[in-house]
Amino acid sequence: MSDLSAIDHGHEAGFGDYVQLLKPRVMSLVVFTAMVGLIVAPVPVHPFVAFTAILFIALGGGASGALNMWYDADIDRVMRRTRNRPIPAGRIGGGEALGLGIALSGISCIMLGLATNLVAGAFLAFTIFFYVVVYTMWLKRSTPQNIVIGGAAGAFPPMIGWACATGTVSVESLLMFALIFMWTPPHFWSLALFMKDDYSKAGVPMLTVTHGRRATRRHILVYTILLAPFALGLALSPIGGPVVLAAAVLLNLGFIAGAVRILGRDEATAEADGYRAEKAFFRFSLAYLFLHFGALLVEASLRAHGLGGW
Amino acid sequence: MAIAREHELHHRRRGRNFGLGFVLIGFVALVFGLTIVKVSHQDAHGNPPGTSQGAGN
Repeated sequence: MSDLSAIDHGHEAGFGDYVQLLKPRVMSLVVFTAMVGLIVAPVPVHPFVAFTAILFIALGGGASGALNMWYDADIDRVMRRTRNRPIPAGRIGGGEALGLGIALSGISCIMLGLATNLVAGAFLAFTIFFYVVVYTMWLKRSTPQNIVIGGAAGAFPPMIGWACATGTVSVESLLMFALIFMWTPPHFWSLALFMKDDYSKAGVPMLTVTHGRRATRRHILVYTILLAPFALGLALSPIGGPVVLAAAVLLNLGFIAGAVRILGRDEATAEADGYRAEKAFFRFSLAYLFLHFGALLVEASLRAHGLGGW
Repeated sequence: MAIAREHELHHRRRGRNFGLGFVLIGFVALVFGLTIVKVSHQDAHGNPPGTSQGAGN
């Protein structure tokens, strides 16, 4: 019998659904920061090896995204922002996502190790472990500090890129890590402020749920202030220079000003204008990271031509 | 009996198969390219050119 009308077509996944499982938007951040980490490193890498390395770092990031979606399918079903993801929407089965995630994790770590060095491969494996086991399975559902500690997973890519070139960890790569690590909490807390009930409905102990929105606004300001010294430290490091310093000063002033503005608002004001300041801060936080790492890239290009740097 | 009528389901499956095919071809090309780069940019001991610690140095 070949009566196709009896089949539920909504459950048949297309190629794009598998791509969506790898969280391509998160991947873009991973690709960019890892690429910068690799390019600014003092050891030159063959362009094809560099391309391969970035590709497998991205694939590793995608694999951890698939494993995250497998484990968090129950939460994703509840939250408005995530209920159209392939698993909650019923297009891909949980087991399939788990299999894909594990297979891609293995391929990406082994291939990165073979293409560059064992330190980089092992570092990628640790990053996937940290994101999936430490953040997704453990911290996310148990502590309001989930974003703070879990943010480390997103901060590792520039260190992996640096390790691809040098095979080591150094002060410069640690400063790049620190920049993303300290940036993550205000970035996600501003999202939590205007994604109102999503996290509470899903039972995720975000700071907005456990400590209230007033405390979240205070935390955002504290973290943006603590972030600034790391940004300036990176600008004054051997991979920094006048361009990075100028970017760091301007971006951090803008970030702190945005956080002060958020702190000065109460819920009534925010609701009245549709969380305009919180949304603007969230968008600025994305630009903050891209421009900061973009400045590092510009500085490295200038240095290659005998300009830039200290 | 062969299915005569094309269905949206077939398009989706074909898209998936082509997608996977391109990914596999890309992977083979990548490994090939990487091999060429590694072989042509390393000496017999796997060191980048000019960095080996052999007797001649």
